[in-house]
Amino acid sequence: MAVVTDTEQGHHARPRGWSRWLAATNHKDIGTLYLWFSFTMFLTGGVMALGIRAELFQPGLQFWQPDLFNQLTTLHGLIMVFGAIMPAFTGMANWLLPLMIGAPDMAFARMNNWSFWLLPPAALLLIVSFAVPGGAASAGWTLYAPLSTQMGMGMDLTIFAIHIMGISSIMGSINIIVTILNLRAPGMTLMKMPMFAWASLITAYLIIAVMPVLAGVVTMVLTDRHFGTHFFNAAGGGDPVLYQHVFWFFGHPEVYIMALPAFGIVSHILPTFARKPLFGYASMVYATSSIALLSFMVWAHHMFTTGMPATAQLFFMYATMLIAVPTGVKVFNWIATLWQGSISFETPMLFAIGFVCLFTVGGLSGVTLSVAAVDIQLQDSYYVVAHFHYVLVAGALFSLFAAVYYWFPKMSGRMYSERLGKLHFWWSLVWFNVTFFPMHFLGLAGMPRRIPDYALQFTSFNEIASVGAFCFGLGQLIFLYNILWSLRRGDPAPAKPWEGADTLEWQLPSPAPYHSFVEAPELEVGENGAIRGMKGGVHH
Amino acid sequence: MEGTRQTHYFVPDPSYWPLVGAIALFCLGLGAALAINGVALGGGLLVTGASILVYMLFGWFGDVIRESLAGRYHGKEDHSFRWAMGWFIFSEVMFFAAFFGVLFYVRVISVPELGNFSHKLLYPDFEAAWPLSTGPGITAPYEAMSAWGLPAINTLILLSSGVTVTVAHWGLVKGKRGQLAWGLGGTVLLGTLFLVMQGWEYAHALHELNLTFASGAYGMTFYMLTGFHGLHVLLGTVILFVVWMRVLKGHFDAEHHFAFEAAAWYWHFVDVVWLLLFVFVYWL
Ligand SMILES: [Cu+2]
Repeated sequence: MAVVTDTEQGHHARPRGWSRWLAATNHKDIGTLYLWFSFTMFLTGGVMALGIRAELFQPGLQFWQPDLFNQLTTLHGLIMVFGAIMPAFTGMANWLLPLMIGAPDMAFARMNNWSFWLLPPAALLLIVSFAVPGGAASAGWTLYAPLSTQMGMGMDLTIFAIHIMGISSIMGSINIIVTILNLRAPGMTLMKMPMFAWASLITAYLIIAVMPVLAGVVTMVLTDRHFGTHFFNAAGGGDPVLYQHVFWFFGHPEVYIMALPAFGIVSHILPTFARKPLFGYASMVYATSSIALLSFMVWAHHMFTTGMPATAQLFFMYATMLIAVPTGVKVFNWIATLWQGSISFETPMLFAIGFVCLFTVGGLSGVTLSVAAVDIQLQDSYYVVAHFHYVLVAGALFSLFAAVYYWFPKMSGRMYSERLGKLHFWWSLVWFNVTFFPMHFLGLAGMPRRIPDYALQFTSFNEIASVGAFCFGLGQLIFLYNILWSLRRGDPAPAKPWEGADTLEWQLPSPAPYHSFVEAPELEVGENGAIRGMKGGVHH
Repeated sequence: MEGTRQTHYFVPDPSYWPLVGAIALFCLGLGAALAINGVALGGGLLVTGASILVYMLFGWFGDVIRESLAGRYHGKEDHSFRWAMGWFIFSEVMFFAAFFGVLFYVRVISVPELGNFSHKLLYPDFEAAWPLSTGPGITAPYEAMSAWGLPAINTLILLSSGVTVTVAHWGLVKGKRGQLAWGLGGTVLLGTLFLVMQGWEYAHALHELNLTFASGAYGMTFYMLTGFHGLHVLLGTVILFVVWMRVLKGHFDAEHHFAFEAAAWYWHFVDVVWLLLFVFVYWL
């Protein structure tokens, strides 16, 4: 078939002004929008976190009434999960997937734009909810019934915001899956493609599988609130615990939605700076897939204290522990990748190594929590808070910083300041641990989460955590300053600033051309997307 | 089509439709939250949002159809559309799975649990029966919907509509436009008939059986599952209607008819959900 029919294809001028962003159909522009949006949300959710830590600096009520405190914890969680981490990974996928697999753009460029532009309205609904009578949702980000079946209009705004964010992430995921399955350049086979593509593919599958379940469960909360149903009310034959079952059927895979892309990112950065291929590429692919499949069978480990039968507790306990096997495969593969490598410690590498160490800490506290007998003591304590901040802050967030530093030269055509980058890493590493490590002790000593006041004996560790949190938050401004400064003044970046980088995007000039791979190249590819040879490929 | 390698892939020009759609959903979300809480502004916002959404859908799909007619979609684009439709239907499957999961949980776990001895102190008169008629939340007596009246007829209607849409597909592939048009028109008609019958069924349930959304575990699962299914039948019928109009305008040929197939897939999905509903909501 002759395919030169659409002659203007790819030749349209680069759009200028507002319409470049508002009407964007370019995966790089949309990726940029995602990344800036998620950073804005990161700061918004971060300010809420500081509000929480300020209140907890000392026992007693200093700044907020308990209800506002609960609103802050709730919105901090929702905004960080749905506004910061998830969109940041989608933004990365937008920027990188077409470059990594040799596609001209995402498969559905217009829908891609809709996926992004649904996020600001959803965020706006969440923020606006602080101003309505009764304030924002204050049931915690998990929105457990019967808390969520009471409360004011803020809960309804939250429910509709979740619906809109769900639509956004499902469309984004369909786009990612179709791009990977259908738009790989000749030679880029599935079992050769970059780990980040694999991670994004499997993450997108998880999102499509569980976001509709979340939409369903909050819809039932809505009808319980306003239309007289009894889904989560025993008076009509329902059950509040049913909410937890359905929510966590979404919620546990959601954990991997925020972790798998991080695994993908780290699986590129470690080999690059160790100047060695990724150890055990195929086993990485299988480990990622098994984590995704297992994630559907472990949800009730969040519910050990709800009075489940002992057999169910045992099943969910062992199933959860089983996930440590593929996760362990990954950690050992990363370590084996570093083994005898010729390692250098640029900022992305520092964040990646920080990720491997601290994510493993979070993973191990997760295995601890999976023991039903132990969890009954630790449920809803600060130990849980420490655990998931190790996997989400030192895990997901650190991997995102690593990714931004690593691909910044390709995206912007300039080098970031290595000095500021290193400062950002060490600063974040130290203050992260100062903030969250004491929370393990607080939890073990029995301090419950989501409370504005606490018993006197918890004071010192809370003070340490609060100091750490404010310093950590302040340190993120180093990152912002570095990015803004380097975008204008950074040294021009070569096409391949990292000696050991071998995936397809480094074959392109820096910054990547506005329309890359308008014609697909012919590739010869090694494992993990390593480019051995390339013919053709047209850019504008 | 697929035999030779396609070197270009269609990437659309910048478009404002997505932004228009985002504004529409914002109005719908905010409007719904306000309306549900009795704030006067809410209704207006809902209508505004819905109108903007319809305007956006016409504009956006119009663009897509024009691009398709201009021959800008080839084998690879067609492949993308097919993958995407498949994954979209998968997301719908998971949406219904949540409600079916709730139905099974309520019937197998929560209702029997509430009837056991340890709960006798809480609700002394509670009887763990299905349909559930006791419990302090169930204030008005009601009757359950029988499977072998309207629902059975509706099953026949939907099953026959699955046949007519397949007949239409054969017509399309063999180039028999008459068969295509009649088959598709018949499917739209059967879909509409289903919706009318369901409206009738709901009226019967509300007025004669006193079965409402608030009728405890039975009423809530009944209306939630059949209601969302009905909305999907409505959407499927609208999609089939649009495809039918396009057929009458002479769109599609034996090779290029993704929209037709997407509508047919969606229709079969709605069909399968109905069969599950018939068994688990009405019959057992
Ligand atoms: Cu979990």
